[in-house]
Amino acid sequence: MLRVEETQVPVEFSQELINKFDEIVARYPAGKQKSALLPVLHLVQAEYQWLSSAAMDKVAEYLQIKPIEVYEVASFYSMYFLRPSGKYVLEVCRTGPCALVGAEKIMDHIEQALGVKEGEVTADGLFSWRGVECLAACGFGPVLQIGPEYTFYENLTNESVNNLIEDLKKKG
Amino acid sequence: MARKLLLEHINVPGINTFETYRSKGGYAAVEKALKSMSPDDVVEEVKKSGLRGRGGAGFPTGMKWSFLAKPEGVARYLVCNADESEPGTFKDRYLMTNIPHLLIEGMIVASFALGAKTSYIYVRGEMMPQIRILEKAIAEAKNAGFLGKNILGTGYDLELYVQPGGGAYICGEETALLESLEGKRGNPRIKPPFPAIAGLYGCPTVVNNVESIAAVVPIINEGGEEYAKIGIGRSTGTKLISAGGNVRKPGVYEIDLGLPVEEFLFSDEYCGGIANGKRLKAVVAGGSSVPILPANLFLKTINNEPRLMSYESLSDGGFVSGTMLGSGGFIAFDEDQCIVRNTWNFARFYHHESCGQCSPCREGTGWMEKVLHRLENGHGKMSDMDLLVDVSKKIEGNTICPLGDAAAWPVASAIRHFRDEFEWHVTNAAVATTRNYGLAHYADPLPKLETA
Ligand SMILES: Cc1cc2nc3c(=O)[nH]c(=O)nc-3n(C[C@H](O)[C@H](O)[C@H](O)COP(=O)(O)O)c2cc1C
Ligand code: SF4
Ligand code: FES
Repeated sequence: MLRVEETQVPVEFSQELINKFDEIVARYPAGKQKSALLPVLHLVQAEYQWLSSAAMDKVAEYLQIKPIEVYEVASFYSMYFLRPSGKYVLEVCRTGPCALVGAEKIMDHIEQALGVKEGEVTADGLFSWRGVECLAACGFGPVLQIGPEYTFYENLTNESVNNLIEDLKKKG
Repeated sequence: MARKLLLEHINVPGINTFETYRSKGGYAAVEKALKSMSPDDVVEEVKKSGLRGRGGAGFPTGMKWSFLAKPEGVARYLVCNADESEPGTFKDRYLMTNIPHLLIEGMIVASFALGAKTSYIYVRGEMMPQIRILEKAIAEAKNAGFLGKNILGTGYDLELYVQPGGGAYICGEETALLESLEGKRGNPRIKPPFPAIAGLYGCPTVVNNVESIAAVVPIINEGGEEYAKIGIGRSTGTKLISAGGNVRKPGVYEIDLGLPVEEFLFSDEYCGGIANGKRLKAVVAGGSSVPILPANLFLKTINNEPRLMSYESLSDGGFVSGTMLGSGGFIAFDEDQCIVRNTWNFARFYHHESCGQCSPCREGTGWMEKVLHRLENGHGKMSDMDLLVDVSKKIEGNTICPLGDAAAWPVASAIRHFRDEFEWHVTNAAVATTRNYGLAHYADPLPKLETA
């Protein structure tokens, strides 16, 4: 159920971000600006790593809809984070076809390598991980993705996961 | 080697760019349709082709198009369903990644046929890289005069936009998709009215799968009759199959419908057999929602005829001994796989993805997940199998959208065909948590089935 980690840290969208919102709103007929909600939330999350209630209220204000219309959408879809996440969220597909080729072992390995349980954030704030459902890459499992670019890593092995984590640590 | 209609140029370097795609004959279908055909002519060709929706349900595309209401002065929409979330299915991602202009070209022709002036491609949000690929392709096509105002000087205007989803399997269901595109939760709508009458923003709308729309391109280029010559019976044309699980060569293959399943599974042109020299135990032929079959019943129908990759042959025997072509998400299970564990995994998936509107689906999927979990972990009871079948029957047919059925069928079919493996999990609970039941007799000659 909806649990937004309350932070009232004020949110001001940059002009650059607003311009991107405007561009999206122009795709729909007049008066149908609510259609922009999902893409706008993706942009906000890419900027702040998660959707605080303050940020969602700002989105409501921008789209001229009620805050509840934003909350109910943000809480329905699995891609939106309603509490702070790590900078890099490793999202591993756990569904049937990937499980057939070792997804569960990869998740165990990630838990061990990062030293945090599913959904928790590492002390340095850099990583969290979770299992997600079929990512439409079933022939190349196990797979994981990392937002906000949603870069894909296929045919995972313990070694490739270690290398990925090392690379991301270096990037910081 | 069968003819490829969709993937013929997939390995041409640079085929993801407008220039290369065009140099290989791309956008000829747009020129032909817009310059020499009426919208109704295009619909007629698609009808003649016999093309059936590639998103899972297999509904004839031309017929769907001809149902579209056309009230004066009301906008009409074409929405492409690129939500691709059915476990086992990864063909649309492959197509959009490698040959995005094929989808764009199909969208232009289909939008023209339907009289849409604005069309959307709804792509699941996780496919951000594909969204960027499509946006680039759209910009290129627009630059070349194939989108925007007065396309190729014909007076036809079309704007095409890409819309990301937010991560929800249910948004692949067409009315949930439309809700989502309107900026709402993905709760399926009660039908009727159907989208053809009241779809996006209450306007007449057609929703079609990526592959269905791409197939319109060869249909217009070659003519519907030529397209219909490929395939068998009412399964015309070619189909993309996503092959995964324990096959030796996973990937996306374009097959002529009617290819024998044995050839698809074991020949080197396609799956190349089972990985690591193992034996085949079971197959889910059309995405996680369709009934699972043991190897023997998959390779041959109950009447001992070789099964073919076609809508009719795969469903031969109904739910007693058959399955469905579905979305073409082909999952092979080798002899080491545990059917109970996989059934639990799928039930967990459907419970997670239920939108929660109907109690039979919301509660029933939760029950199935729980009971399967205890069976898999050695706490099951002999009565659990009947309980599962009972719950699945109570979901089936009693919900707003077909997700309920999609959740019920995999469980019911697993118990129908693999009941001894489920029972073994109860009678050998301690062993069942440490090793798998194995191949048993599932690859042996056909069993005698009672009619249900
Ligand atoms: C739960 C559920 C999920 C679905 N997911 C998809 C999907 O990811 N892609 C798709 O094209 N169709 C999906 N469908 C089928 C669509 O509702 C619809 O039939 C299809 O997009 C129509 O296009 P077509 O006629 O070209 O196949 C789904 C249906 C249900 C009930
Ligand atoms: S069947 Fe399930 S997913 Fe479909 S509308 Fe009902 S609760 Fe939602
Ligand atoms: S099951 Fe993992 S990508 Fe489909």
